[in-house]
Amino acid sequence: MMQEKSLATTLKALLYLAPALIILVVFNIYPIITSFLMSLYTDYDYYHDIVYRYGFDNFLFLLQDEDFHLALRNTFIFVLGVVPASITLSLFIALLLNTNIKLRGFFRTIYFIPFVTSVVAISIVWRWIFHTEYGLLNYFLSWFGVSPIKWLTDPKWAMPSLIILAIWKGLGYNIVIFLAGLQNIPEHYYLAARIDRASRWQRFWNITWPLLSPTTFFVSIISVIGSFKVFDEIYALFDGRPGPVRSALTVVYYIFEKFYREQEYAVASAAAYVLFLIVFILTLLQLYIGKKRVHY
Amino acid sequence: MRDALSKGTIYLLLSLGGILMLLPFAWMISTSLKPANQVMVMPPVWIPHPIQWSNYAEAMRVAPLGRYFINSVIVTVLSTAGELITTILAAYAFSRLQFYGRDILFSILLGTMMVPGEVLLIPNFVTLTKLGWIDRYEALIVPWLASVFAIFLLRQHFLSIPKELSYAAKVDGCSDGRFLWEIMVPLAKPAIVTIVLLKAIGSWNAFLWPLIVTNSKEMRTLPVGLTAFRTDVGTIYELLMAASTLVILPMIILFLILERYIVEGVSRAGIKG
Repeated sequence: MMQEKSLATTLKALLYLAPALIILVVFNIYPIITSFLMSLYTDYDYYHDIVYRYGFDNFLFLLQDEDFHLALRNTFIFVLGVVPASITLSLFIALLLNTNIKLRGFFRTIYFIPFVTSVVAISIVWRWIFHTEYGLLNYFLSWFGVSPIKWLTDPKWAMPSLIILAIWKGLGYNIVIFLAGLQNIPEHYYLAARIDRASRWQRFWNITWPLLSPTTFFVSIISVIGSFKVFDEIYALFDGRPGPVRSALTVVYYIFEKFYREQEYAVASAAAYVLFLIVFILTLLQLYIGKKRVHY
Repeated sequence: MRDALSKGTIYLLLSLGGILMLLPFAWMISTSLKPANQVMVMPPVWIPHPIQWSNYAEAMRVAPLGRYFINSVIVTVLSTAGELITTILAAYAFSRLQFYGRDILFSILLGTMMVPGEVLLIPNFVTLTKLGWIDRYEALIVPWLASVFAIFLLRQHFLSIPKELSYAAKVDGCSDGRFLWEIMVPLAKPAIVTIVLLKAIGSWNAFLWPLIVTNSKEMRTLPVGLTAFRTDVGTIYELLMAASTLVILPMIILFLILERYIVEGVSRAGIKG
C-alpha cells in the first residue's frame, strides 16, 4: 500500500523538505564547507572577496601561537576540573534520588533549575557571590577561618571559580540522565543480590556500575564536548575579558577574539576547525566504544 | 533497620545539595530587593528591610530592559514557531514518504550534528552581512529556523506511530496534509512539546550569536543587554540582580509549569545517545 518511490513522490517529499532544507543548507552545510576553505586562506582580500593563495599557514600559525596554546591548555584544565567532579557528584545524587524516598520529583526539580537559566544572567549572579569583600562565598568560608579569596581577580583563582560555576550549573542535566539510566536497570538483579546478602557497596560495584556504564559513558562524552565549548560563562563572569591576565582564555574565547575583535577570519576558522577535530574524535570514540565495550 | 537509618542521611544530603542549588537564586532575589545601604555589608543581610521594589523600576530606567525583553520574546516565539513548522514537515517526509536519496540525505543531516556551532559562526556572519541582515530581527531568527536534532527527534516519534493508521486514513479519503496535522501531530504531542521547550529555553538564553549580530541597543536580546548593563552600572549590585531576576524568572516559571516534558525530553534524548 505504501507508495513506491518515483519522481512524483520525490517531488512531493521535496516540497515537505524545502523549508528545513533551505535553512539547513544555507546556515549549516554551506558554512561547514566555507569555514574549511576560509581556514586555508593564506593570502586574501576580505573586502573584495578575492583569495590569492590557499595553504596551511593558519594552522601553522596556531601551532606557534602562544595564545592558542594557552587557550588549549586552559580548556583542558577546565574539562578536567569539571567533568570528573560533575559526574561523580551527579551520579551520587542520582543514586540518592533513586532510592525509595518521597519528594523525589521535588528534589529533581530543584537540581535541574540551574540548567534552564540563562548562563549570562546566572554568571552575573555568581560574580556577586564571588565578590572578594562582600560575596557570599567568602562569607561562608570565613566561618572556617579562611581569609578572603580574590576569586575573580587573582589569576590563580579564576579557573577554579569558572569550574565551580560550571559544575553547579550542569549538575541537574547529568542527574536527570543518570536517573533515566538507573531506572532502566531491572529490579530483580537487586532482589537477587539481596537474597545473596550482598552489601550496598557490592551491589553498586557489581550491578549498578556495570549496567550503568552506557549512561556514564554518554554523560562523560556529552560533558566533555560541552565543556570544550565553554564561552558565555567566561564573558559574563569576567566582564567581557578572558579572566585576569588571560587566565581563563579558552578555545572558543580565542575564536571569538580572533574573529570578532581582531577580524582575523582565517585564523579564527582554523581554530574552529581544530575544535571541530577534537569534538569529532570524541564523537567517534563515543560511537565506537558505545557499540563495543559498554554493557555487561 | 539499617535502611531506615540511612534514609535520614539521604534526606539530609539531598537537602544540603538542594540548598546549595537554590542559594544563588535566593541571594539574587534578596539582593534585588535591598536598599543600597544593605547590599555591601558584612555579614550579609538576607531579608531586606524595607523591601525595595523600586530597584526593578530603577533598573528598567537605567537600561531599556523592557525593549530587550520584547526583543527576546519576539526572537524566542518566532524562531520556536518557525522551527516547529519546518521540523514537522521534514520529519513527516523522512518518516512517511518514499523518495530518492532519502537515506543519504538523512545521513548527511545527522552528520552535520557533529559540527560544533562555532565552526558556522564566521561564514554565517559573512552571509548575513551580504544579505544586509546584521542588526535586524532576521539575523536573530532566520538561521535558527531549522534544527537537525529536532527533525531527528520528531522523526523517531513519527516512526513509532503505526503505519496502519495512515492506510486507514487514506481509505477514508483523508489527504496527506490533513493526516499530518490532525492525526500525526496530536499523537506526537509529547515529542513536540519537548522540542518546543528545549528550543524556547535555548533561544531565550542564547548569547554568543546575538552578541555578534547586533550592534545597536534597540536590537539586543536580554542576555546581551544584560552584559552591556553590567558594564554600564558597574557594581550597583541591587540593580544588576534585579535585571538578572528579570532574565531568569520567566524560564524558571516556564520550567516549573512544564517540568515533566523538559525532564522527559532530556532523559529520552539522553538514552538515545
